[in-house]
Amino acid sequence: MTTPLLQVEDLRTWVASGDRIARAVDGVSFSIERGETFALLGESGCGKSLTALSIMRLLPDAGAIVSGRVRLDGTDLVALPERRMRDFRGRKIAMIFQEPGASLNPVMSVGDQVRETLARHLGLVGDAADRRVLELFDAVGIPDPERRLGEFPFQLSGGLKQRVMIAAALACEPQLLIADEPTTALDVTIQAQVLELLRDIQRRSGMSMLLITHDLGVVAETAHRVAVMYAGEIVETAPREIFFSRPAHPYTRKLFASVPGESARDAPLAVIRGAVPPLWQTFEGCRFADRCDRAGEVCVQVVPTFRPVAPGQSARCHLYNDDGPGVVTETAPAAVAPPRSVGSVAPDTLLEVEGLKIHFPIRKGLFKRVVGHVRAVDGISLTIPRGRTLALVGESGCGKTTAGKGIVRLLPATAGAIRFEGVDLLQLDQARLRRRRRDFQIIFQDPFASLNPRMRVLEIVGEGIAALGIATTAGEREARVDMLLAQVGLAYDMKYRYPHEFSGGQRQRIAIARALAVNPKLIVCDEPTSALDVSVQAQILNLLRELQERLGLSYLFITHNISVVEFLAHEVAVMYLGRIVEHGNVHDVLHSPAHPYTQALLSAVPRIDAADRRSVVRLQGDMPSPAAPPPGCHFEPRCPKAKVACAQAYPTEVTLSAGHRVRCILYPE
Amino acid sequence: MMAGFRPVILWTDALVLGLVASVFLFALYTSRHEHLRAPWRKVARSTSGMVAATVLLGFFVVGFLDSMHWQRALPGDNKAGTATRYAPEVLSVLDVVAEPLRTHPERTFSAPFAVHAHTRETVTLPDGGQVRDFPRLKFGGRHLADPERDRDADISLGVLQGIALAVVAWIAAGALVTGIAAARSRRRFGEVSGDLWHGRLDTPLRAVLITLGVLLCLMVPLALLSGRYHVFGTDKVGQDVFYLTLKSIRTGLVIGTVTTLVMLPFALVLGLMAGYFRGWVDDVIQYLYTTLSSIPGVLLIAASVLMMQVYMDTHADIFDSVTRRADFRLLFLCLILGVTSWTGLCRLLRGETLKLRELDFVHAAEAFGVGPWRIMLRHVLPNVIHIVIITTVLGFSGLVLAEAVLSYVGVGVDPAMNSFGTMINAARLEMAREPIVWWSLAAAFVFMFVLVLSANLFADAVRDALDPRIRAQFVRPGVWQHLAREANSRLRVGAR
Amino acid sequence: MLRYLIRRVLYAIPILIGVNVLTFTLFFIVNSPDDMARMQLGVKRVTPEAIDNWKRERGYDRPLLWNGSAQGIDRVRDTIFFTHSLRLFKFDFGTAESDGRDIGHEIRTRMWPSLSIALPVFIVGLATYVTFALLMALFRATFLDFAGVLVCVTAMAISTMFYIIGGQFLVCKLWNLAPISGFAPGIGAWRFILLPVGVGLVAGFGESSRWYRTIFLEEINKDYVRTARAKGLSEGRVLVHHVLRNALIPILTGVVVVIPGLFLGSLVTESFFGIPGLGSYTIDAIGSQDFAVVRSMVFLGSLLYIVGLILTDISYTLVDPRIRFE
Repeated sequence: MTTPLLQVEDLRTWVASGDRIARAVDGVSFSIERGETFALLGESGCGKSLTALSIMRLLPDAGAIVSGRVRLDGTDLVALPERRMRDFRGRKIAMIFQEPGASLNPVMSVGDQVRETLARHLGLVGDAADRRVLELFDAVGIPDPERRLGEFPFQLSGGLKQRVMIAAALACEPQLLIADEPTTALDVTIQAQVLELLRDIQRRSGMSMLLITHDLGVVAETAHRVAVMYAGEIVETAPREIFFSRPAHPYTRKLFASVPGESARDAPLAVIRGAVPPLWQTFEGCRFADRCDRAGEVCVQVVPTFRPVAPGQSARCHLYNDDGPGVVTETAPAAVAPPRSVGSVAPDTLLEVEGLKIHFPIRKGLFKRVVGHVRAVDGISLTIPRGRTLALVGESGCGKTTAGKGIVRLLPATAGAIRFEGVDLLQLDQARLRRRRRDFQIIFQDPFASLNPRMRVLEIVGEGIAALGIATTAGEREARVDMLLAQVGLAYDMKYRYPHEFSGGQRQRIAIARALAVNPKLIVCDEPTSALDVSVQAQILNLLRELQERLGLSYLFITHNISVVEFLAHEVAVMYLGRIVEHGNVHDVLHSPAHPYTQALLSAVPRIDAADRRSVVRLQGDMPSPAAPPPGCHFEPRCPKAKVACAQAYPTEVTLSAGHRVRCILYPE
Repeated sequence: MMAGFRPVILWTDALVLGLVASVFLFALYTSRHEHLRAPWRKVARSTSGMVAATVLLGFFVVGFLDSMHWQRALPGDNKAGTATRYAPEVLSVLDVVAEPLRTHPERTFSAPFAVHAHTRETVTLPDGGQVRDFPRLKFGGRHLADPERDRDADISLGVLQGIALAVVAWIAAGALVTGIAAARSRRRFGEVSGDLWHGRLDTPLRAVLITLGVLLCLMVPLALLSGRYHVFGTDKVGQDVFYLTLKSIRTGLVIGTVTTLVMLPFALVLGLMAGYFRGWVDDVIQYLYTTLSSIPGVLLIAASVLMMQVYMDTHADIFDSVTRRADFRLLFLCLILGVTSWTGLCRLLRGETLKLRELDFVHAAEAFGVGPWRIMLRHVLPNVIHIVIITTVLGFSGLVLAEAVLSYVGVGVDPAMNSFGTMINAARLEMAREPIVWWSLAAAFVFMFVLVLSANLFADAVRDALDPRIRAQFVRPGVWQHLAREANSRLRVGAR
Repeated sequence: MLRYLIRRVLYAIPILIGVNVLTFTLFFIVNSPDDMARMQLGVKRVTPEAIDNWKRERGYDRPLLWNGSAQGIDRVRDTIFFTHSLRLFKFDFGTAESDGRDIGHEIRTRMWPSLSIALPVFIVGLATYVTFALLMALFRATFLDFAGVLVCVTAMAISTMFYIIGGQFLVCKLWNLAPISGFAPGIGAWRFILLPVGVGLVAGFGESSRWYRTIFLEEINKDYVRTARAKGLSEGRVLVHHVLRNALIPILTGVVVVIPGLFLGSLVTESFFGIPGLGSYTIDAIGSQDFAVVRSMVFLGSLLYIVGLILTDISYTLVDPRIRFE
């Protein structure tokens, strides 16, 4: 066997933050074989991206490699002078980044951005370069490459931009491609396209790939070997099959257990208690010890070494010491909640939305004439019973967030009715609406933008109590805040702190407490966990479900994450370009999706479980603009099953079974 | 000397006092709120910022002393029943402190520390004959019997005395600072002073104390000697340049601060309204500031000041003294500078508010039915206040510089008011004299330079601390080498 | 593109009207023409006849906005607002109050000396400052960058007037290299231009270089710069081809808007160097309290500023494809 292509040995990269030095990458070693896809998996802040940047020697100004070796084909990259290193970048190692939008130069045509690499390393200019760029665009599946050459990044969709990035990276046929969360910013159907492209290219060219990701599903579908990073160290490496069937490190096991999904539906998700330790300290024991269920005395006293635990599999854990307890047996999660049924009795309706339209005018010209409308929400109807969860599922730009904000009257509706306990919210005047507002609240996606950084928790949570007159005196208000904080699992003395002192998960708890403060009956949850790591997401999902059971809340749960839907929802509505295309209870929609879009969406979700994997229904192109939707069925231009009739009229709603409705002409009435 | 005097509060005095009070209140409020205090702690850790703040504080003390005015009662008429009459002259605390400087004019130019005039005059000899010679000054070095022999020794002695005094004062200040630091950290005095001298405290107290020492060693000897000499010389009409320079400080400070006070309400209210309400409110406010900012600043100021001059000339009876007249003009200049300078901040605040009002915490407040004004006050304003502070501090030095230009152009402060601008304007023509008269210009240059430089450095420190956009943190390459060595040695220890 | 430009020009009209109304208010309503006459003639020896005479000579004897005694359209036309403010839109500036000369003619002849100094300062300055700022960005976080910033901060703390006085003292008085002040028509002007241009360059150095450096550093931390480095491009090429091209957008915002205003010259520089340009013209007008000239310059200044705004928008379309393909 030949030597590995890339060997990283004891890499240490430190980053200055404030007055402190964080040991962000602290002794990382791994190797990548030729033609292999090696996945580096970890939650945010574990040092995986900095490891990648260290290999490229593209660290931010505040960071530096303090020791270690990175050997590519025998050459130690760390020891190279910067000038020689430049010959490697883009030629032997190429890299693509998470945000294709920000990673392309906005004022340079995409053709030029690829040509630049060709000119730098291969000396290709003029027609030869043009031909090569066209070839590359063709290879990465950019339609109509001649036209795209002169276009600028802002004219391309997210998926196309990432394809351009890949084309530029592949231009000089590098030996190693580093992909840093290449699909995290993309929608799930686009993610499926890009992952397939990467797999395909790798198969054809035989290059190696270092895939940085936080998504177990992406790893399962793409990687040959996996390394898990935690707090600056690699805690486990294994071939994919072993990794998914027999994860060794307690942290890895916990990660698997905290992924929501249908199988987890009947019990709370496993959570990892506590938080990642700060990295400016020197560790005396295992970095995971204080969050680990199985930690013993040795774990806090002795730094564990990285040792083989099975053929091809190694872990950094004392459980695998010669004198340790050995391979852990799986402990069954304690069943706390009773099994949840799926829609047996239909309770009474809390919210009924009928034909809701939210259009934004497009204004132009001197007098701001309205020249068109963005039909963000274009006539949706849905109902939410008391104590139930309706998941509103769709990709970015489909109008689901607009719909959520419209329902709680944060955006003006253009038409339709929102009947809350029989009262149409759209007909209420300001004063009466204000009194009604205590019944419906909203939780937002970004835990950092949703709390005013200049207010203490007490004021944040107390704002609604004061505004809607829930408690009259300051003492009552404070007592209520204490109660609410306890309800969401925070200590009451945290109320004197400011948001920046909390982690993302804690902030989301505060946001939930704020919404609960006015005793709402309905909470619109707008992607409340999509900015969180999977282990933290588990905590929030558990909390939301527990609160629902205790307080009888109804949720309108807006999300793009199918596994969260499986875990939490009773009913599902799938949205595409401003309209609901399929609606039904969670079991029906997820197991026998009727609409071609739902089918494509579900098939594109990367699955951890290989048995669960279905063949991906590949969608063409991107979602059209809601300012100019297609004349017939909105999905018709991309639909693999489209017929001529689809382009003529928007299909009417067809009921397939009790409560399962779809808008598609494939299903005759 | 009789005690009769009445305080005079000029318009700008009132504003200066109001400003000091509001800064004090803001500081008090800030100190009680951790998130507000944190960035200022960062300012306090910046060496250049704290050194600059020390120098600025010196300027502000002079300016503040010069902002407390009164009129002396005239002697005589002390009978009961008759109202006391007051001297028309309005004096400030600074005027009294610097009494000899103010009351000992020469006839015309004299060089710094000179004992003779700068130009030849016809001197009448005791025997009645007349010669053209450099006459002795009326004040500068008057106490010297033989100036040629004694002057240098006298000055050296004065300097030594001054430095000795400065050192004593400095040691006292140092002990006080160390004592406070020790008391606050509950450590022993000796320990803290050791840390201070080795720069181990988190605030750069050492640098502050060094700055203070340098300031004291420069200013105390000057102040001592200014009682015997014209340390910076005299100008064309024989006024002491040191005194003029000190008086100019207040003018610069007032322009730099009061203008901000004038413009803040406009910028804040309009900027927040435009950004929050959008729609036609935004259109109107945008129209307003585009129109105002389209007029070149100097020309708008010139036009307004000319118009005010006409007004003041036709209503000369309103102003009962030269001081009041000059003060009114200064106030008006601040007003008009404020009116021309709010547009920039307003535009910034509008943009920021547009962004903020789309943030989720504003939506969350709306979901509780909180009204727009309350949202602006509680959610928007606290999140833009750093922009206001940064703009204010950055704008200060620009305004000080602008005053000089405007006064030169003839639309600045009243010619009777001392300012850096009027000093430069008066002195620039004297550069052509032979031998050259350089001291007025040099004095104005040095003081203005130090004032503006320290204001800029302080502003930089404030901006770095308050600007939430994370700036690239620069770590010098040497630091990394040190860290790498440390890492390696730690690894070796671990290996053993 | 053309429609876009037409729209921009149309936006300018209400702003100019606003400026016109504002100046009218300032010059004729805050103080009446009588006040101005008294001021101009000297407060002491003024008789009502002298005032009326002064007003008649300058056409200020009309009503301000509405002439009740006139007929038809003249009720509006025969007013101060119409004859003195609105006619500025026709570039009819009238005559100076102090010496009765035609303001329009003065402007046309005096703008060339102003331009001969302002334009070189602008062009050479832009090139110098951008280069210097790029160098600081290239050597960021090193001693060179630190020293550069220090020079900038120090240079910023010095008033323009000191640069002028210092320059005149060194170059003219000590070294005798150039005349202190004055101007010559035609090609002979270069001797008089050199020093003001040099001083202008030095005076603007600190602030501009530092500002450009800030812009460059802000761009340097963006993701696309990292992408460019990941391609193996040299730091110089990254700076020039990627950072500079993007930084041009914020730079142009501040730079293009002043181009039309270059005609107006610099008040202080021209006055110190005795350049017969529009700057010194304005200063003289302020000195002699010639309101007609000040009024004309205010209008002209606003007009040029608005032209600058339009030029800025056009320049965006050149550097920013997002606007070009709007």
